[in-house]
Amino acid sequence: MSNGAGRILLDVRGLCASVAGVPILKGIDFTVRAGEVHAIMGPNGSGKSTFSKVLAGHPSYEVTGGSAVFDGVDLLALSAEERARSGFFLSFQYPVEVPGVANAQFLRLAYNTVLGGRGRDELDPLEFDDFVREKMKLLEMDPAFLDRSVNTGFSGGEKKRNEILQMALLEPKLAFLDETDSGLDIDALRIVAQGVNHLRSADNAVVLVTHYQRLLNYIVPDFVHVMDGGRLVKTGGRELALELEARGYDWIGKQAA
Amino acid sequence: MSAVLQNLIDQPYKHGFVTDIEADVVAKGLDESVIRLISHKKNEPDWLLEFRLAAYRHWLTMQEPTWPNVKYPAVDFQDISYYSAPKPKKKLASMDEVDPELLRTFEKLGVPMHEQAALAGVAVDVIFDSVSVATTYKKKLADVGVIFCSFSEAVHEHPELVRKYLGTVVPTSDNFYAALNSAVFTDGSFCFIPKGVKCPMELSTYFRINTQESGQFERTLIIAEEGASVSYLEGCTAPRFDTNQLHAAVVELVALDNASIKYSTVQNWYAGDENGVGGIYNFVTKRGLCKGVHSKISWTQVETGSAITWKYPSCVLLGDHSVGEFYSVALTNHMQQADTGTKMVHVGKNTRSTIISKGISAGRSNNSYRGLVKIGPKAEGARNFSQCDSMLIGETCGANTFPYIQVQNNTAKVEHEASTSKIGEDQLFYFASRGIDAEEAVSMIINGFVKDVFTQLPMEFAVEAGRLLGLKLEGSVG
Repeated sequence: MSNGAGRILLDVRGLCASVAGVPILKGIDFTVRAGEVHAIMGPNGSGKSTFSKVLAGHPSYEVTGGSAVFDGVDLLALSAEERARSGFFLSFQYPVEVPGVANAQFLRLAYNTVLGGRGRDELDPLEFDDFVREKMKLLEMDPAFLDRSVNTGFSGGEKKRNEILQMALLEPKLAFLDETDSGLDIDALRIVAQGVNHLRSADNAVVLVTHYQRLLNYIVPDFVHVMDGGRLVKTGGRELALELEARGYDWIGKQAA
Repeated sequence: MSAVLQNLIDQPYKHGFVTDIEADVVAKGLDESVIRLISHKKNEPDWLLEFRLAAYRHWLTMQEPTWPNVKYPAVDFQDISYYSAPKPKKKLASMDEVDPELLRTFEKLGVPMHEQAALAGVAVDVIFDSVSVATTYKKKLADVGVIFCSFSEAVHEHPELVRKYLGTVVPTSDNFYAALNSAVFTDGSFCFIPKGVKCPMELSTYFRINTQESGQFERTLIIAEEGASVSYLEGCTAPRFDTNQLHAAVVELVALDNASIKYSTVQNWYAGDENGVGGIYNFVTKRGLCKGVHSKISWTQVETGSAITWKYPSCVLLGDHSVGEFYSVALTNHMQQADTGTKMVHVGKNTRSTIISKGISAGRSNNSYRGLVKIGPKAEGARNFSQCDSMLIGETCGANTFPYIQVQNNTAKVEHEASTSKIGEDQLFYFASRGIDAEEAVSMIINGFVKDVFTQLPMEFAVEAGRLLGLKLEGSVG
């Protein structure tokens, strides 16, 4: 899969960030090349989700040091919506409910904004309906989800499928999937993983942020990183995830200390 | 609150210009001589002067209500001019005779007149300060027997109708502001749809307060006879002054057997600046009487303006099987305060009412829904459904719901649902992470929120109302 020859999509150097004055990320170095799959694992509170949100541009986090270059562009200089338009995608751990806004309307606006910005034709509601239904088949989603309000009353698994549907629509260069496996039963996990695998190509990359290794049985990573205390403290291959599963995270903390 | 959100809600008021027209203004202050003067200037019959004086005498015994959830310094009722009319004031036979300056004002406001009126198929009655300036389409309406004219004109041309219905829905002693209005009202609109006639076009009135220290006290009376139906639209704006102006209108609707009246309002009075200086005090009494069997009255309001809104468009469901509806969007921003809602009074059998209220609060504003559902002892089988939703934008605004339910008949069915949601950083970040900027996100969320109400508005009005919400919150909406 990865031969280290793909172009560099993301290059993070010494990234530090804090929320409400409390430092969370304390110097992260992280490089992703096109065609790769990375997994970032680590105990609760290690900074995994913060790392994803900082890269996506969440306004509550303040970057206090370091750099992040995304496909040749200074990612940190862009607003959150510009990051999305330039091909960065975050699948949310807790997708936000938006009562009153039909999912189809939301998805179409996102599609037209992001892909329209890349020169693709904007789709009217009828064209979009055909287009999105095809994508939904991939995730075995009921078309009824188009008429419901965005994420409102969706089960945990339905929300996650809706996130991956957005990934399918927006065709990101780099997708961070934050705890996409949490809340999924085993069938849903398989379907979502198949969906992600289907979207992979030599030109894009996926970063799986996860607590458990079971997702990695379906989406096989090239690299596994362990985050602890706001730093990536260990990097290995697929086997590292299995070792973490067997031994927990404690031994890494001791090793790193 | 994020800077983006702050910018979005800080859009300036677009109707804040003053039209430089010489006006005939009566000196400030109120006593019986002022009322006699108004009545005299309008060449009114004695019975109407008596109506005014009785109202005034009762008003003197009344106290300004303090129960609404709004705060403002006491109004000095002697510091208001109770009559202001554009000069020169002569009888206008057609639109061409209207002062061009005035027409330009209405063009700026986007009021459909002239050809616009023809295209839109809207008959417009325009109230400028206190006097009705022109009514378009009167002749076409007259062909089918519909009377649509200024209130003053109705007093002279159709005194028997005015006298029969005036004050029958909102008695002069009803409340403090209704009594004041009954004493000093200067003009308004009158609309009569005879038996069996479906009014062939939307009727529309546009109100504007132009003078700095005048109050606007208009009076609207709409009567739909047996089997008649009408859709009536009302829009309001005012220039930007740093003093407060009082608007105390009374609207009365009467629907006889099988008649239906749909009354839609888009209210965009000047709301004061971001620090709460200036703006209109909107203290309005609107009530409809479903007098006949199977009659129906439907209120739809989009309230975006005024420093203070105190308004409860209501239905008295007297006729058996009559239907009352109230659909409302109330938006408050900056220092605005709104205490608005409805009353549904079920008297007849199998009467039904629906209340859908959507409150949106931003800035440091305070938005309250207050509603009464009353089921009388004889209202067998009465039904009510109420839904009151509030949306908060940012951290410094407030929303309240005060539902009052009184049921005196155990066959009645009353349902009440309420919800509160919030547009916060997380929702906007979710949209942003899909490439959608805050302006479009807020627009989409708000439009989703108000959808159930906007679908009740006539088409052109829905477009205008959507645009208005956009202006109030986002600057420009596509």
